[in-house]
Amino acid sequence: MFGRLTLDALPHSPITLGAAIGIAVGGIVVVALLTYFKRWKWLWREWLTSLDPKKIGVMYIIVAFLMLLRALSDAAMIRAQQAVFAADPNSPISPDMFQQVFSAHGTIMIFFVAMGVMFGAFNLIVPLQIGARDVAFPLLNSISFWLFVAGMVLINVSLGIGEFSPAGWLAYPPLSELAYSPGTGVDYWIWSLEISGVGSLLSGINFLITIFTMRRVGMALMKMPIFVWSVLTSSMLIAFTFPILTVSLTLLALDRTLGMHFFTADMGGNPMMYVNLIWAWGHPEVYILILPAFGAFSEIVPVFSRKRLFGYTSMVWALASIMLLSYTVWLHHFFTMGSGANVNAFFGITTMIIAIPTGVKVFNWMFTMFRGKVRFATPMLWFMGFVVTFTIGGVTGVLQAVPPIDFQIHNSLFLVAHFHNMIIGGVLFGAFAGFTYWFPKFAGFRLHEGLGKAAFWCWLIGFLLAFGPLYILGLMGAVRRMDHYDPSLGWQGLFIVAGVGVAVILLGVFFQVVQIGYSIWKRKELAVGPDPWDGRTLEWSTPKQIPEYNYATLDAVSTRDAFWAMKHSHHEKAEPKYEAISLPKNSGFGVYIAACAFVFGFAVIWHIWWLAAVSLVALIAASIASTQRQHTHRIIPADEVAETEAKLRGAHV
Amino acid sequence: MKKQRRKFWTPLRGTVIALLIIAAVAAAIAWYLQGKNVAVFNPQGTIASDEFNLIKFTLMLSAMVVIPVYIMLFAIAFRYRESNHEKKKVKYTPDAPDMRWLEVIWWAIPIMIIGLLAVVTWVSTHQLDPYRAIDSNVKPLRVQVVVLQWKWLFIYPDYHVASVNQLKLPAETPVNFAITADGPMSTFWIPNLGSQIYAMPGMTSQLSLMADHAGSYPGYNTNINGTGYSDMYFKAEALPTQQDFDQWAQSVTAKPDHKVLDWASYTELARPSRTRDVTYYGLKDDNLYTEVVNKFMEAKTPAVSTNEEGNK
Amino acid sequence: MNEAVEQKAVLHRTTIGFWLYLMTDCALFASLFATYVVLHGSTAGGPGSRQLFELPTALTETLVLLISSYACGMAVLAMRRKNVRQVLIALAVTAVLGVTFLAIELREFITFSLDGAGWQRSAFLSAFFTLVGTHGLHILTGLIWLTVTVVTLLRVGLTDKVARQLTLFSLFWHFLDLVWIFIFTVVYLMGVAA
Repeated sequence: MFGRLTLDALPHSPITLGAAIGIAVGGIVVVALLTYFKRWKWLWREWLTSLDPKKIGVMYIIVAFLMLLRALSDAAMIRAQQAVFAADPNSPISPDMFQQVFSAHGTIMIFFVAMGVMFGAFNLIVPLQIGARDVAFPLLNSISFWLFVAGMVLINVSLGIGEFSPAGWLAYPPLSELAYSPGTGVDYWIWSLEISGVGSLLSGINFLITIFTMRRVGMALMKMPIFVWSVLTSSMLIAFTFPILTVSLTLLALDRTLGMHFFTADMGGNPMMYVNLIWAWGHPEVYILILPAFGAFSEIVPVFSRKRLFGYTSMVWALASIMLLSYTVWLHHFFTMGSGANVNAFFGITTMIIAIPTGVKVFNWMFTMFRGKVRFATPMLWFMGFVVTFTIGGVTGVLQAVPPIDFQIHNSLFLVAHFHNMIIGGVLFGAFAGFTYWFPKFAGFRLHEGLGKAAFWCWLIGFLLAFGPLYILGLMGAVRRMDHYDPSLGWQGLFIVAGVGVAVILLGVFFQVVQIGYSIWKRKELAVGPDPWDGRTLEWSTPKQIPEYNYATLDAVSTRDAFWAMKHSHHEKAEPKYEAISLPKNSGFGVYIAACAFVFGFAVIWHIWWLAAVSLVALIAASIASTQRQHTHRIIPADEVAETEAKLRGAHV
Repeated sequence: MKKQRRKFWTPLRGTVIALLIIAAVAAAIAWYLQGKNVAVFNPQGTIASDEFNLIKFTLMLSAMVVIPVYIMLFAIAFRYRESNHEKKKVKYTPDAPDMRWLEVIWWAIPIMIIGLLAVVTWVSTHQLDPYRAIDSNVKPLRVQVVVLQWKWLFIYPDYHVASVNQLKLPAETPVNFAITADGPMSTFWIPNLGSQIYAMPGMTSQLSLMADHAGSYPGYNTNINGTGYSDMYFKAEALPTQQDFDQWAQSVTAKPDHKVLDWASYTELARPSRTRDVTYYGLKDDNLYTEVVNKFMEAKTPAVSTNEEGNK
Repeated sequence: MNEAVEQKAVLHRTTIGFWLYLMTDCALFASLFATYVVLHGSTAGGPGSRQLFELPTALTETLVLLISSYACGMAVLAMRRKNVRQVLIALAVTAVLGVTFLAIELREFITFSLDGAGWQRSAFLSAFFTLVGTHGLHILTGLIWLTVTVVTLLRVGLTDKVARQLTLFSLFWHFLDLVWIFIFTVVYLMGVAA
């Protein structure tokens, strides 16, 4: 009746039990508050079933932030174990738990924090920047978000019911096969990624079509904001590589659930095939994450230098070539798998080539600042931190691109330091910069500068302290994922420094949380108009409180930096003619479909076959039903539009 | 009237302080690392030496780009910061056309540097190919490695001995490794001596290493293979001469009650267990390694490998 | 906002979006083909492609699918001429042939499984069942989609929305036929030769 689910699946270790209870209590508190303040209807109507990309974007970011807290706790545990308990055979963190902790850390950071922030940014910024009112497929957008949530819930359920994968964030076979990992851990990993991966793929398609077909009249591709170009190239990557992830996960699931032999050690299975497939997805994935960060910086640097972006065409070519090249480098993740010199050398060279367009972008940013008027508000600080750290990461990347060098670095802590360098210095700093930059647009008030700067310095110094020692440790022979090491090797001091670094980072996060809270509290003092930074792109042209339909009129544009042109044009603005606007109605299908997917995943993991069948049928039925919606739109009549515009723009000083 | 405060952070002061901090950190690191084995930067074998030279060369090339980038970044940021515009005669050209010649330079220089590195990569990747034997007049030693859960088995087929968790080899002699795993994918790595390579069940990887002189060098597994992964640490003992090595091999079988490694005792050894004990065996079955590799090729029934240390 | 212009824009986006989805489906099948090719020889001492595959079966499946694609094309042409009756007949033929295809494929799968050549026997067989089976699941999805569309057609008539649905379905169906040609070539023809 319950498959292999028994009471034994509840947590055994106090730490896991504590975490599970903590999350459960948090959930109960939220439910209680919603009930007490009678906000269920409001939550359902205003947020959960909304098809407004602005709302969906905010929800993505909230979920991503919660997952950041979880994954940072995992990071703290890793550091604690390696700095303090490494020599203690009775450590509170057993080797088995440690392996689940770092697997969860990596998986959550990539799939739920980075991807979450990214899709949040896509939803919030892209429609506004291209001058549109919505994305191409609003219902699909909601479904994508809820599938993301379903995956997130599944991975958090593993904390309380069952276990998580001990096989790392990519779960290489044969370790991830039944023979060596018979529990439910790897299955949780597979299904939470399978479900959220479908959401990601659908989002990639959605944003590609949005950018291709819904730009303002006159906004040619070479006139759109660079951030939109970065979303376009990232979405291309998503669309064409996420199917590979789906295949890799499915084949592993088939091995584990139906006894197939794709990647088993015996019966003809080929684990090297999995390594190739998963990295054919995995490498483009990291470019999927970094390109929008580059795009955000390309928006921020011109605005804060009061000068237009240097070399727009060059930047577009750089984005496009990075996109194409990212398909040609995947083997550099396993030079040590014995491919032979010709193959290794080929992929090493392609890996180096990708450094060129990336470097070009840095020069273009620097020369945007050249002969500009540079203000070092918090977003610009993040940019400076990014260039400083990402450059180091780039050097260590080029180092490892040389296969014989990689033979001495692969899978050591040097590698771990390198990729954290890229992700924290690149993706995370870009996310923080973008968040600080665009926050006033959506909230109507700035974030407190002082706290923002404090957070930045903590992150920068914390990052250097946390990962500098790891570079050295890697060169000393310290490998990744170890829960203990021989004390005589003299590594502990460096691990302690790294632990201090993580503590400083956590202080930075604390400042960020306080910054948000404090800024909300002091929002009257921190209030700003609709264009606080003297922006250049269309999103800054909306009134302070962005109407649901974004733009009342879809006037044509003719140049890059369309809003800048509007501000500095000397044309008399004609009296706008308002027409009726059609907006999508809310829909609960995102929630229903994702709920079915979640139950299906849970059922397969625990071998509750009857439930899997029922939820699969329900999933199909819900999907079909979602296509049969009548009255999918509501009309806002022209005079209501006029009224709203008068109110919003009249209120603006 | 507000008193004009002299700004503390001038560019010169900032640069000097930053450089001082970097120097202090470097000194602290150097002090901490005294007497420690920074293996990758401390090559004790020919392969590791070649790889270290490559690292130095690549770092130098990278510095040619990175140092100018850092200098330019801070110079531009400082010079063109907003407060500087009021004070000095700093140019502000918000609508200046792009300087095409600059773009040519910063596409061209990286292309040239990467081009050079690409050539070096091609050549060195072939020279340091793990499949390639080391050039030497000395007859190579054959060692077969079976990576187990969670210990190391080294078989010396020509000497009819085997050792667990300790590798013995003669210095200045090329060693040709044949490497496999009886368990999940793992890695064989002795950083002081050179390259690492994956060990995979049902397959054989090849590697050649040579120690320059006698010494004891740590060896690691870098690819997670189960709960006892962190226990997988061994020592590679390079003995001064070939005679020393011969003596050791003979001493293993000289003892009348020495352990014997055949298929039965191997199966026992291969069961998942966490041990750092060093054990020596007399090798009863010279084909043991091949049989281990073939274990995964045989069709009839799936190879059962019980995971004693079940998860949770 | 002009209702008709808006509608056209939505149809346009949906069509392009569907083409894009088909391209991502290509990436999916490409990965499965790559896996199949790599694992083709990994028979673990069990039956391989030469022992198992029967070309007459595969050829029959191919012809059935080709004809059903033809019928589907006829349906779209009839739809353009607004001839609902002919649309329904052509779609019925498409569906019947689609079901026939699945039946033949299912029979092949069951025969293999009973003969000791199930998907658990070897990596090669896992790859075969998954590649061909994924295609079959796509066909099944298409048939479900076709059913829903026909039901809608019968209920509301040949509206623009229904016409678009039929056009996209036909794209999907032809795409699956194309994938089948690759399967026929790479799996069956090349599997039996050499």
